[in-house]
Amino acid sequence: MPAIRVRGLVKTYGSNRAVDGIDLEVQEGEVVAVLGPNGAGKTTTIEILEGFRNRDGGEVEVLGMDPAASAREIRDRIGIVLQESGIEDELTVTEAVTHQALPYERPRPIGEVVELVGLADKAGARIKTLSGGQRRRLDLALALVGDPSLLFLDEPTTGFDPAARRQSWSVIEGLAANGTTILLTTHYLEEAQELADRVVVITRGRVVAEGTPDSIGGRSDRPATIRFRVSDGDAARLGLEANDGLVMVETSSPTEELHRLTGRALEAGIELADLEVRRPTLEETYLRLVGGAE
Amino acid sequence: MRRPGWLALALAETRMQVRLLLRNVVAAFFTLVMPLLFLILLNFFIGDGELSDGSALSNYFTPAIAVFGLVTATFTNLAISTAMARDAGVLKRVYGSPMPLSAHVAGRVLSATLLGLASVVVMLAIGALVYGVEIPWSRMPVFFGVLLIGAAAFSALGVAVAMVTPNARAAPAVANAVILPLTFVSGIFFPLTDAPAWLQLVGRALPLAPFVESAVDQFVPWLIDGSIVWRLGVMMAWGLFGAVLALRFFRWEPSGIRRQSLEIDT
Repeated sequence: MPAIRVRGLVKTYGSNRAVDGIDLEVQEGEVVAVLGPNGAGKTTTIEILEGFRNRDGGEVEVLGMDPAASAREIRDRIGIVLQESGIEDELTVTEAVTHQALPYERPRPIGEVVELVGLADKAGARIKTLSGGQRRRLDLALALVGDPSLLFLDEPTTGFDPAARRQSWSVIEGLAANGTTILLTTHYLEEAQELADRVVVITRGRVVAEGTPDSIGGRSDRPATIRFRVSDGDAARLGLEANDGLVMVETSSPTEELHRLTGRALEAGIELADLEVRRPTLEETYLRLVGGAE
Repeated sequence: MRRPGWLALALAETRMQVRLLLRNVVAAFFTLVMPLLFLILLNFFIGDGELSDGSALSNYFTPAIAVFGLVTATFTNLAISTAMARDAGVLKRVYGSPMPLSAHVAGRVLSATLLGLASVVVMLAIGALVYGVEIPWSRMPVFFGVLLIGAAAFSALGVAVAMVTPNARAAPAVANAVILPLTFVSGIFFPLTDAPAWLQLVGRALPLAPFVESAVDQFVPWLIDGSIVWRLGVMMAWGLFGAVLALRFFRWEPSGIRRQSLEIDT
Protein backbone atom coordinates (compact mmCIF):
# COMPACT_ATOMS: atom_id res chain seq x y z
CA MET A 1 0.00 0.00 0.00
CA PRO A 2 1.44 3.39 -0.93
CA ALA A 3 1.71 5.97 1.90
CA ILE A 4 0.01 8.56 -0.29
CA ARG A 5 -2.23 7.98 -3.26
CA VAL A 6 -3.82 10.88 -5.14
CA ARG A 7 -5.94 10.56 -8.28
CA GLY A 8 -7.35 13.48 -10.25
CA LEU A 9 -7.26 15.91 -7.31
CA VAL A 10 -9.17 19.16 -7.93
CA LYS A 11 -9.50 22.25 -5.74
CA THR A 12 -11.07 25.46 -6.94
CA TYR A 13 -11.22 28.90 -5.36
CA GLY A 14 -13.94 30.81 -7.14
CA SER A 15 -13.10 30.52 -10.81
CA ASN A 16 -9.48 29.62 -10.09
CA ARG A 17 -8.58 25.93 -10.34
CA ALA A 18 -5.69 25.98 -7.87
CA VAL A 19 -5.32 22.22 -8.21
CA ASP A 20 -6.39 20.92 -11.58
CA GLY A 21 -6.21 17.12 -11.74
CA ILE A 22 -3.08 16.12 -9.84
CA ASP A 23 -2.00 12.47 -9.63
CA LEU A 24 0.59 11.59 -7.04
CA GLU A 25 1.83 8.41 -5.43
CA VAL A 26 4.36 8.16 -2.63
CA GLN A 27 5.59 4.71 -1.57
CA GLU A 28 6.37 3.84 2.03
CA GLY A 29 9.87 4.97 2.94
CA GLU A 30 10.17 7.18 -0.11
CA VAL A 31 11.24 10.84 -0.04
CA VAL A 32 9.39 12.90 -2.64
CA ALA A 33 9.98 16.59 -3.32
CA VAL A 34 7.25 18.72 -4.87
CA LEU A 35 8.69 21.61 -6.86
CA GLY A 36 6.87 24.40 -8.59
CA PRO A 37 6.63 28.17 -8.89
CA ASN A 38 4.63 30.26 -6.40
CA GLY A 39 0.91 29.71 -6.86
CA ALA A 40 1.41 26.35 -8.58
CA GLY A 41 -0.80 24.53 -6.06
CA LYS A 42 1.90 22.83 -3.95
CA THR A 43 0.71 24.02 -0.55
CA THR A 44 -2.97 23.54 -1.42
CA THR A 45 -2.22 19.94 -2.41
CA ILE A 46 -0.25 19.25 0.78
CA GLU A 47 -2.91 20.89 2.95
CA ILE A 48 -5.57 18.64 1.44
CA LEU A 49 -3.41 15.61 2.26
CA GLU A 50 -2.93 16.92 5.83
CA GLY A 51 -6.69 17.33 6.25
CA PHE A 52 -6.66 21.14 6.52
CA ARG A 53 -8.74 21.65 3.39
CA ASN A 54 -11.48 19.77 1.63
CA ARG A 55 -11.05 18.80 -1.98
CA ASP A 56 -13.54 19.54 -4.74
CA GLY A 57 -12.80 16.41 -6.73
CA GLY A 58 -10.60 13.34 -7.05
CA GLU A 59 -9.50 10.56 -4.72
CA VAL A 60 -7.06 10.94 -1.84
CA GLU A 61 -5.65 8.24 0.43
CA VAL A 62 -3.15 8.99 3.17
CA LEU A 63 -1.88 5.87 5.02
CA GLY A 64 -4.85 4.08 3.51
CA MET A 65 -7.40 6.57 4.89
CA ASP A 66 -9.34 9.49 3.45
CA PRO A 67 -8.13 12.68 5.20
CA ALA A 68 -11.58 14.25 4.76
CA ALA A 69 -13.15 11.46 6.81
CA SER A 70 -10.48 10.12 9.19
CA ALA A 71 -8.56 13.25 10.09
CA ARG A 72 -7.88 12.29 13.69
CA GLU A 73 -6.56 8.78 13.00
CA ILE A 74 -4.32 10.18 10.29
CA ARG A 75 -3.02 13.00 12.48
CA ASP A 76 -1.88 10.53 15.09
CA ARG A 77 0.50 9.03 12.55
CA ILE A 78 1.70 12.02 10.52
CA GLY A 79 4.01 14.90 11.35
CA ILE A 80 3.51 18.34 9.85
CA VAL A 81 6.03 21.16 9.51
CA LEU A 82 4.01 24.17 8.40
CA GLN A 83 5.40 27.24 6.69
CA GLU A 84 4.41 29.21 9.80
CA SER A 85 5.03 27.42 13.04
CA GLY A 86 2.52 28.96 15.45
CA ILE A 87 4.31 28.36 18.74
CA GLU A 88 3.61 30.27 21.94
CA ASP A 89 7.06 31.75 22.28
CA GLU A 90 6.96 32.35 26.02
CA LEU A 91 7.42 28.59 26.46
CA THR A 92 10.77 26.83 26.66
CA VAL A 93 11.80 24.32 24.00
CA THR A 94 11.23 21.37 26.33
CA GLU A 95 7.83 22.68 27.49
CA ALA A 96 6.62 23.16 23.92
CA VAL A 97 7.74 19.68 22.82
CA THR A 98 6.34 18.06 25.98
CA HIS A 99 2.98 19.74 25.46
CA GLN A 100 2.87 18.83 21.79
CA ALA A 101 3.56 15.17 22.68
CA LEU A 102 0.50 14.88 24.98
CA PRO A 103 -2.28 13.82 22.59
CA TYR A 104 -0.28 11.22 20.62
CA GLU A 105 -0.75 7.50 21.04
CA ARG A 106 2.97 6.65 21.07
CA PRO A 107 5.06 9.81 21.54
CA ARG A 108 8.85 9.68 21.34
CA PRO A 109 10.89 10.59 24.43
CA ILE A 110 11.12 14.39 24.65
CA GLY A 111 14.87 14.59 25.28
CA GLU A 112 15.58 12.29 22.34
CA VAL A 113 13.61 14.48 19.92
CA VAL A 114 15.20 17.70 21.18
CA GLU A 115 18.62 16.08 20.83
CA LEU A 116 17.82 14.77 17.35
CA VAL A 117 17.16 18.25 15.92
CA GLY A 118 20.26 19.63 17.61
CA LEU A 119 18.57 21.79 20.25
CA ALA A 120 19.81 19.93 23.35
CA ASP A 121 21.81 22.94 24.53
CA LYS A 122 18.71 25.15 24.05
CA ALA A 123 16.27 22.78 25.81
CA GLY A 124 15.61 25.19 28.68
CA ALA A 125 15.62 28.38 26.61
CA ARG A 126 12.49 30.43 25.95
CA ILE A 127 11.43 30.04 22.33
CA LYS A 128 11.47 33.81 21.78
CA THR A 129 15.25 33.78 22.30
CA LEU A 130 15.89 31.25 19.49
CA SER A 131 17.29 32.22 16.10
CA GLY A 132 15.22 31.68 12.96
CA GLY A 133 17.05 28.48 12.11
CA GLN A 134 16.68 27.16 15.65
CA ARG A 135 12.92 27.88 15.58
CA ARG A 136 12.59 25.96 12.34
CA ARG A 137 14.39 23.02 13.93
CA LEU A 138 11.97 23.25 16.85
CA ASP A 139 9.15 23.04 14.27
CA LEU A 140 10.73 19.82 13.10
CA ALA A 141 10.95 18.53 16.69
CA LEU A 142 7.23 19.31 17.19
CA ALA A 143 6.42 17.41 13.99
CA LEU A 144 8.53 14.41 15.05
CA VAL A 145 7.42 13.99 18.66
CA GLY A 146 4.39 11.87 17.71
CA ASP A 147 6.76 9.39 16.00
CA PRO A 148 5.12 9.81 12.58
CA SER A 149 5.49 7.27 9.82
CA LEU A 150 4.72 10.02 7.31
CA LEU A 151 6.21 13.50 7.49
CA PHE A 152 5.05 16.59 5.58
CA LEU A 153 7.63 19.36 5.23
CA ASP A 154 6.42 22.60 3.68
CA GLU A 155 9.55 24.55 2.71
CA PRO A 156 11.48 23.24 5.71
CA THR A 157 14.65 25.31 5.26
CA THR A 158 13.37 28.58 3.82
CA GLY A 159 15.41 31.41 5.26
CA PHE A 160 18.24 29.19 6.55
CA ASP A 161 21.89 30.02 6.20
CA PRO A 162 23.85 27.34 4.31
CA ALA A 163 25.28 25.73 7.46
CA ALA A 164 21.85 25.47 9.14
CA ARG A 165 20.44 24.04 5.91
CA ARG A 166 23.08 21.30 5.77
CA GLN A 167 22.36 20.47 9.40
CA SER A 168 18.61 20.15 8.75
CA TRP A 169 19.29 18.04 5.70
CA SER A 170 21.29 15.58 7.74
CA VAL A 171 18.42 15.31 10.26
CA ILE A 172 15.93 14.69 7.44
CA GLU A 173 18.29 12.19 5.78
CA GLY A 174 18.55 10.37 9.11
CA LEU A 175 14.76 10.11 9.31
CA ALA A 176 14.54 8.87 5.73
CA ALA A 177 17.23 6.27 6.49
CA ASN A 178 15.04 5.02 9.35
CA GLY A 179 12.16 4.47 6.96
CA THR A 180 10.06 7.62 7.50
CA THR A 181 8.10 8.53 4.39
CA ILE A 182 8.63 12.20 3.57
CA LEU A 183 6.75 14.56 1.27
CA LEU A 184 8.37 17.98 1.04
CA THR A 185 7.87 21.15 -0.92
CA THR A 186 10.81 23.37 -1.59
CA HIS A 187 12.04 26.27 -3.67
CA TYR A 188 15.62 25.05 -3.45
CA LEU A 189 16.61 22.77 -6.28
CA GLU A 190 19.73 21.58 -4.48
CA GLU A 191 17.48 20.62 -1.55
CA ALA A 192 15.41 18.38 -3.82
CA GLN A 193 18.60 17.01 -5.35
CA GLU A 194 20.09 16.26 -1.93
CA LEU A 195 17.05 14.78 -0.18
CA ALA A 196 14.57 13.39 -2.68
CA ASP A 197 14.34 9.95 -4.23
CA ARG A 198 11.84 11.42 -6.64
CA VAL A 199 10.88 14.91 -7.78
CA VAL A 200 7.42 16.03 -8.90
CA VAL A 201 7.16 19.34 -10.74
CA ILE A 202 3.80 21.15 -10.51
CA THR A 203 2.75 24.23 -12.43
CA ARG A 204 -0.74 25.72 -12.66
CA GLY A 205 -2.20 22.93 -10.57
CA ARG A 206 -0.92 20.12 -12.79
CA VAL A 207 2.01 17.70 -12.66
CA VAL A 208 4.23 18.55 -15.61
CA ALA A 209 7.11 16.16 -14.89
CA GLU A 210 8.23 13.58 -12.40
CA GLY A 211 11.23 11.34 -11.97
CA THR A 212 14.44 10.95 -10.03
CA PRO A 213 16.43 14.17 -9.57
CA ASP A 214 18.95 12.82 -12.10
CA SER A 215 16.53 11.81 -14.81
CA ILE A 216 13.65 14.27 -14.51
CA GLY A 217 12.68 16.12 -17.65
CA GLY A 218 14.90 13.77 -19.70
CA ARG A 219 17.85 15.28 -17.88
CA SER A 220 20.03 12.18 -18.17
CA ASP A 221 19.40 11.89 -21.92
CA ARG A 222 20.22 15.47 -22.71
CA PRO A 223 23.63 16.24 -24.17
CA ALA A 224 26.47 17.22 -21.86
CA THR A 225 28.45 20.36 -22.54
CA ILE A 226 32.27 20.51 -22.59
CA ARG A 227 33.53 24.04 -22.04
CA PHE A 228 37.00 25.55 -21.98
CA ARG A 229 38.82 28.77 -22.87
CA VAL A 230 41.46 29.12 -25.60
CA SER A 231 42.49 31.85 -28.00
CA ASP A 232 40.68 32.03 -31.36
CA GLY A 233 43.85 30.85 -33.09
CA ASP A 234 44.19 27.79 -30.85
CA ALA A 235 40.52 27.00 -31.34
CA ALA A 236 41.03 26.98 -35.10
CA ARG A 237 44.05 24.64 -34.69
CA LEU A 238 41.73 22.22 -32.86
CA GLY A 239 39.18 22.54 -35.66
CA LEU A 240 36.72 24.36 -33.38
CA GLU A 241 35.20 27.81 -33.15
CA ALA A 242 35.60 30.04 -30.11
CA ASN A 243 33.14 32.67 -29.02
CA ASP A 244 34.91 35.39 -27.05
CA GLY A 245 37.60 32.81 -26.25
CA LEU A 246 34.99 30.33 -24.92
CA VAL A 247 34.53 26.99 -26.66
CA MET A 248 31.39 24.94 -25.98
CA VAL A 249 30.95 21.44 -27.38
CA GLU A 250 27.64 19.62 -26.90
CA THR A 251 27.89 15.88 -26.89
CA SER A 252 25.89 12.85 -25.90
CA SER A 253 29.10 10.80 -25.39
CA PRO A 254 31.20 13.12 -23.21
CA THR A 255 33.88 10.53 -22.29
CA GLU A 256 34.80 9.80 -25.87
CA GLU A 257 34.60 13.43 -26.95
CA LEU A 258 36.69 14.66 -24.01
CA HIS A 259 39.35 12.03 -24.73
CA ARG A 260 39.55 13.07 -28.38
CA LEU A 261 39.74 16.80 -27.51
CA THR A 262 42.37 16.54 -24.80
CA GLY A 263 44.43 14.19 -27.01
CA ARG A 264 44.55 16.76 -29.80
CA ALA A 265 45.23 19.60 -27.37
CA LEU A 266 48.17 17.67 -25.89
CA GLU A 267 49.62 16.95 -29.35
CA ALA A 268 49.33 20.62 -30.28
CA GLY A 269 50.65 21.75 -26.89
CA ILE A 270 47.51 23.80 -26.12
CA GLU A 271 46.32 24.29 -22.52
CA LEU A 272 42.49 24.09 -22.19
CA ALA A 273 41.83 26.72 -19.52
CA ASP A 274 38.77 26.36 -17.18
CA LEU A 275 37.98 22.96 -18.64
CA GLU A 276 34.67 21.52 -17.42
CA VAL A 277 32.07 18.96 -18.42
CA ARG A 278 28.52 19.70 -17.35
CA ARG A 279 25.20 18.03 -17.64
CA PRO A 280 22.17 20.32 -17.45
CA THR A 281 21.71 21.11 -13.74
CA LEU A 282 18.43 20.28 -12.03
CA GLU A 283 17.84 24.00 -11.91
CA GLU A 284 18.22 24.41 -15.67
CA THR A 285 15.96 21.44 -16.25
CA TYR A 286 13.40 22.80 -13.77
CA LEU A 287 13.40 26.26 -15.33
CA ARG A 288 12.89 24.70 -18.74
CA LEU A 289 9.96 22.62 -17.37
CA VAL A 290 8.16 25.53 -15.69
CA GLY A 291 9.29 28.03 -18.31
CA GLY A 292 5.82 28.42 -19.77
CA ALA A 293 4.22 29.05 -16.39
CA GLU A 294 5.84 32.31 -15.37
CA MET B 1 0.96 4.24 25.94
CA ARG B 2 -2.66 5.35 25.90
CA ARG B 3 -3.67 8.82 24.78
CA PRO B 4 -5.06 10.92 27.67
CA GLY B 5 -8.81 11.56 27.57
CA TRP B 6 -10.49 14.80 26.54
CA LEU B 7 -10.74 16.17 30.08
CA ALA B 8 -7.07 15.49 30.86
CA LEU B 9 -6.07 17.21 27.61
CA ALA B 10 -8.32 20.22 28.33
CA LEU B 11 -6.81 20.54 31.83
CA ALA B 12 -3.29 20.30 30.38
CA GLU B 13 -4.20 23.09 27.97
CA THR B 14 -5.55 25.12 30.90
CA ARG B 15 -2.29 24.69 32.86
CA MET B 16 -0.36 25.72 29.75
CA GLN B 17 -2.49 28.84 29.23
CA VAL B 18 -2.22 29.81 32.91
CA ARG B 19 1.54 29.40 32.66
CA LEU B 20 1.57 31.63 29.57
CA LEU B 21 -0.57 34.21 31.38
CA LEU B 22 1.81 34.26 34.32
CA ARG B 23 4.73 34.75 31.96
CA ASN B 24 3.04 37.48 30.00
CA VAL B 25 2.88 39.67 33.09
CA VAL B 26 2.01 42.83 31.17
CA ALA B 27 -1.19 41.41 29.66
CA ALA B 28 -2.29 39.84 32.94
CA PHE B 29 -1.56 43.09 34.76
CA PHE B 30 -3.68 45.19 32.43
CA THR B 31 -6.52 42.70 32.58
CA LEU B 32 -6.54 43.17 36.36
CA VAL B 33 -5.60 46.82 36.51
CA MET B 34 -8.34 48.32 34.33
CA PRO B 35 -11.28 47.28 36.55
CA LEU B 36 -9.16 48.13 39.59
CA LEU B 37 -8.70 51.63 38.21
CA PHE B 38 -12.48 51.96 37.78
CA LEU B 39 -13.00 50.83 41.35
CA ILE B 40 -10.56 53.38 42.73
CA LEU B 41 -11.84 56.24 40.54
CA LEU B 42 -15.49 55.55 41.34
CA ASN B 43 -14.68 55.50 45.04
CA PHE B 44 -12.77 58.74 44.65
CA PHE B 45 -15.60 60.60 42.90
CA ILE B 46 -18.81 59.07 44.25
CA GLY B 47 -17.48 56.99 47.16
CA ASP B 48 -19.47 58.99 49.68
CA GLY B 49 -22.74 58.43 47.80
CA GLU B 50 -25.54 56.46 49.40
CA LEU B 51 -28.15 54.01 48.24
CA SER B 52 -31.79 54.81 49.05
CA ASP B 53 -31.63 52.80 52.31
CA GLY B 54 -28.69 54.89 53.46
CA SER B 55 -25.99 52.22 52.94
CA ALA B 56 -22.79 53.13 51.05
CA LEU B 57 -22.98 53.23 47.22
CA SER B 58 -19.76 51.18 47.14
CA ASN B 59 -21.88 48.16 48.16
CA TYR B 60 -23.42 48.49 44.70
CA PHE B 61 -20.56 49.33 42.39
CA THR B 62 -17.89 47.07 43.94
CA PRO B 63 -19.59 43.79 42.88
CA ALA B 64 -20.64 45.49 39.61
CA ILE B 65 -17.02 46.33 38.80
CA ALA B 66 -15.94 42.86 39.90
CA VAL B 67 -18.29 41.54 37.19
CA PHE B 68 -16.71 43.99 34.74
CA GLY B 69 -13.30 42.56 35.71
CA LEU B 70 -14.50 39.05 34.96
CA VAL B 71 -15.93 40.18 31.61
CA THR B 72 -12.61 41.86 30.73
CA ALA B 73 -10.69 38.69 31.58
CA THR B 74 -13.03 36.43 29.61
CA PHE B 75 -14.72 38.34 26.78
CA THR B 76 -12.11 41.00 25.91
CA ASN B 77 -9.11 38.83 26.70
CA LEU B 78 -10.37 35.80 24.73
CA ALA B 79 -11.49 37.91 21.76
CA ILE B 80 -7.97 39.31 21.44
CA SER B 81 -5.86 36.30 22.44
CA THR B 82 -7.81 33.77 20.36
CA ALA B 83 -7.59 36.01 17.28
CA MET B 84 -3.85 36.42 17.89
CA ALA B 85 -3.37 32.68 18.32
CA ARG B 86 -5.27 32.06 15.09
CA ASP B 87 -3.21 34.61 13.14
CA ALA B 88 0.06 33.23 14.54
CA GLY B 89 -0.89 29.74 13.34
CA VAL B 90 -1.32 28.28 16.85
CA LEU B 91 -4.83 26.99 16.06
CA LYS B 92 -3.60 25.53 12.79
CA ARG B 93 -0.81 23.62 14.51
CA VAL B 94 -3.29 22.26 17.07
CA TYR B 95 -5.65 21.30 14.24
CA GLY B 96 -2.81 19.38 12.57
CA SER B 97 -2.17 17.31 15.71
CA PRO B 98 -4.44 14.79 17.48
CA MET B 99 -5.21 17.41 20.17
CA PRO B 100 -8.98 18.06 19.89
CA LEU B 101 -9.50 21.74 19.07
CA SER B 102 -12.40 21.74 21.55
CA ALA B 103 -9.99 20.75 24.35
CA HIS B 104 -7.57 23.49 23.31
CA VAL B 105 -10.30 26.14 23.27
CA ALA B 106 -11.68 24.82 26.58
CA GLY B 107 -8.21 25.35 28.05
CA ARG B 108 -8.23 28.95 26.89
CA VAL B 109 -11.72 29.52 28.34
CA LEU B 110 -10.90 27.87 31.69
CA SER B 111 -7.66 29.81 32.12
CA ALA B 112 -9.42 33.08 31.25
CA THR B 113 -12.14 32.24 33.79
CA LEU B 114 -9.53 31.57 36.48
CA LEU B 115 -7.89 34.93 35.72
CA GLY B 116 -11.33 36.59 35.91
CA LEU B 117 -12.17 34.96 39.25
CA ALA B 118 -8.80 36.12 40.60
CA SER B 119 -9.73 39.62 39.49
CA VAL B 120 -13.10 39.36 41.28
CA VAL B 121 -11.45 38.23 44.51
CA VAL B 122 -8.94 41.11 44.37
CA MET B 123 -11.76 43.60 43.72
CA LEU B 124 -13.92 42.32 46.60
CA ALA B 125 -10.94 42.18 48.96
CA ILE B 126 -10.01 45.79 48.21
CA GLY B 127 -13.67 46.78 48.44
CA ALA B 128 -14.02 45.13 51.85
CA LEU B 129 -10.67 46.19 53.31
CA VAL B 130 -10.39 49.73 51.91
CA TYR B 131 -13.90 50.91 51.14
CA GLY B 132 -15.91 49.14 53.83
CA VAL B 133 -18.01 46.94 51.55
CA GLU B 134 -19.94 44.33 53.55
CA ILE B 135 -19.40 40.85 52.12
CA PRO B 136 -22.65 38.81 52.40
CA TRP B 137 -20.93 35.48 53.11
CA SER B 138 -24.10 33.39 53.09
CA ARG B 139 -24.79 34.54 49.51
CA MET B 140 -21.30 33.87 48.18
CA PRO B 141 -22.13 30.40 46.74
CA VAL B 142 -24.92 31.92 44.64
CA PHE B 143 -22.68 34.88 43.76
CA PHE B 144 -19.91 32.60 42.44
CA GLY B 145 -22.47 30.42 40.69
CA VAL B 146 -23.67 33.52 38.85
CA LEU B 147 -20.04 34.38 38.01
CA LEU B 148 -19.44 30.94 36.49
CA ILE B 149 -22.53 31.14 34.27
CA GLY B 150 -21.53 34.67 33.23
CA ALA B 151 -17.94 33.59 32.55
CA ALA B 152 -19.17 30.78 30.29
CA ALA B 153 -21.51 33.11 28.38
CA PHE B 154 -18.95 35.90 27.93
CA SER B 155 -16.20 33.42 27.01
CA ALA B 156 -18.39 32.06 24.23
CA LEU B 157 -19.12 35.60 23.04
CA GLY B 158 -15.39 36.46 23.22
CA VAL B 159 -14.37 33.48 21.06
CA ALA B 160 -17.20 34.39 18.67
CA VAL B 161 -15.85 37.94 18.31
CA ALA B 162 -12.37 36.51 17.63
CA MET B 163 -13.80 34.32 14.88
CA VAL B 164 -15.85 36.99 13.10
CA THR B 165 -12.97 39.48 13.31
CA PRO B 166 -10.94 39.22 10.12
CA ASN B 167 -7.52 39.60 11.76
CA ALA B 168 -5.94 40.04 15.17
CA ARG B 169 -5.06 43.69 14.63
CA ALA B 170 -8.77 44.52 14.50
CA ALA B 171 -9.68 42.35 17.50
CA PRO B 172 -8.98 44.87 20.34
CA ALA B 173 -10.97 47.56 18.54
CA VAL B 174 -13.92 45.26 17.85
CA ALA B 175 -13.93 43.85 21.39
CA ASN B 176 -13.85 47.30 22.96
CA ALA B 177 -16.44 48.67 20.54
CA VAL B 178 -18.76 45.93 21.79
CA ILE B 179 -18.02 45.99 25.50
CA LEU B 180 -17.53 49.69 26.32
CA PRO B 181 -20.94 50.94 25.12
CA LEU B 182 -22.45 47.89 26.80
CA THR B 183 -21.04 48.93 30.20
CA PHE B 184 -23.03 52.17 30.09
CA VAL B 185 -26.40 50.47 29.64
CA SER B 186 -25.68 47.67 32.08
CA GLY B 187 -25.66 49.32 35.49
CA ILE B 188 -21.94 49.08 36.17
CA PHE B 189 -21.29 52.70 37.07
CA PHE B 190 -24.75 53.50 38.42
CA PRO B 191 -27.82 51.39 39.18
CA LEU B 192 -29.93 50.82 36.08
CA THR B 193 -32.95 51.49 38.30
CA ASP B 194 -32.06 55.21 38.04
CA ALA B 195 -32.14 55.11 34.22
CA PRO B 196 -35.11 55.85 31.91
CA ALA B 197 -37.45 52.90 31.37
CA TRP B 198 -36.50 52.35 27.71
CA LEU B 199 -32.79 52.16 28.65
CA GLN B 200 -33.59 49.60 31.34
CA LEU B 201 -35.45 47.57 28.77
CA VAL B 202 -32.63 47.67 26.22
CA GLY B 203 -29.95 46.98 28.82
CA ARG B 204 -31.77 44.02 30.31
CA ALA B 205 -32.23 42.40 26.91
CA LEU B 206 -28.44 42.47 26.43
CA PRO B 207 -26.17 40.03 28.29
CA LEU B 208 -24.24 42.35 30.64
CA ALA B 209 -27.04 44.00 32.66
CA PRO B 210 -28.58 40.65 33.73
CA PHE B 211 -25.07 39.52 34.77
CA VAL B 212 -24.37 42.69 36.78
CA GLU B 213 -27.81 42.72 38.41
CA SER B 214 -27.66 39.02 39.32
CA ALA B 215 -24.29 39.62 41.01
CA VAL B 216 -25.22 42.90 42.70
CA ASP B 217 -28.47 41.32 43.88
CA GLN B 218 -26.39 39.20 46.26
CA PHE B 219 -24.95 42.34 47.90
CA VAL B 220 -28.03 44.63 47.93
CA PRO B 221 -30.95 42.21 47.49
CA TRP B 222 -33.67 44.80 48.07
CA LEU B 223 -32.60 47.17 45.26
CA ILE B 224 -33.54 45.46 42.02
CA ASP B 225 -36.89 43.83 41.17
CA GLY B 226 -37.15 40.87 38.89
CA SER B 227 -36.30 37.19 38.89
CA ILE B 228 -32.73 35.88 38.87
CA VAL B 229 -33.91 32.86 36.90
CA TRP B 230 -35.06 35.12 34.07
CA ARG B 231 -31.73 37.03 34.13
CA LEU B 232 -29.67 33.84 34.08
CA GLY B 233 -31.84 32.65 31.22
CA VAL B 234 -31.04 35.80 29.21
CA MET B 235 -27.29 35.32 29.91
CA MET B 236 -27.39 31.68 28.88
CA ALA B 237 -29.29 32.51 25.69
CA TRP B 238 -26.58 35.02 24.76
CA GLY B 239 -23.89 32.47 25.65
CA LEU B 240 -25.56 29.92 23.40
CA PHE B 241 -25.74 32.50 20.62
CA GLY B 242 -22.00 33.15 21.08
CA ALA B 243 -21.19 29.44 20.99
CA VAL B 244 -23.21 28.92 17.81
CA LEU B 245 -21.54 31.94 16.20
CA ALA B 246 -18.07 30.76 17.26
CA LEU B 247 -18.66 27.28 15.84
CA ARG B 248 -20.28 28.52 12.66
CA PHE B 249 -17.41 30.93 11.89
CA PHE B 250 -14.56 28.90 13.33
CA ARG B 251 -11.39 29.41 11.31
CA TRP B 252 -7.81 28.35 11.98
CA GLU B 253 -6.36 31.03 9.71
CA PRO B 254 -7.11 34.76 9.32
CA SER B 255 -9.76 35.47 6.69
CA GLY B 256 -8.54 36.84 3.39
CA ILE B 257 -5.39 34.74 3.60
CA ARG B 258 -6.67 32.54 0.83
CA ARG B 259 -6.75 35.34 -1.68
CA GLN B 260 -3.39 36.65 -0.48
CA SER B 261 -1.70 33.30 -0.50
CA LEU B 262 -2.92 32.52 -4.00
CA GLU B 263 -0.85 35.46 -5.13
CA ILE B 264 2.19 34.53 -3.08
CA ASP B 265 2.07 30.77 -2.83
CA THR B 266 -0.34 27.93 -2.57
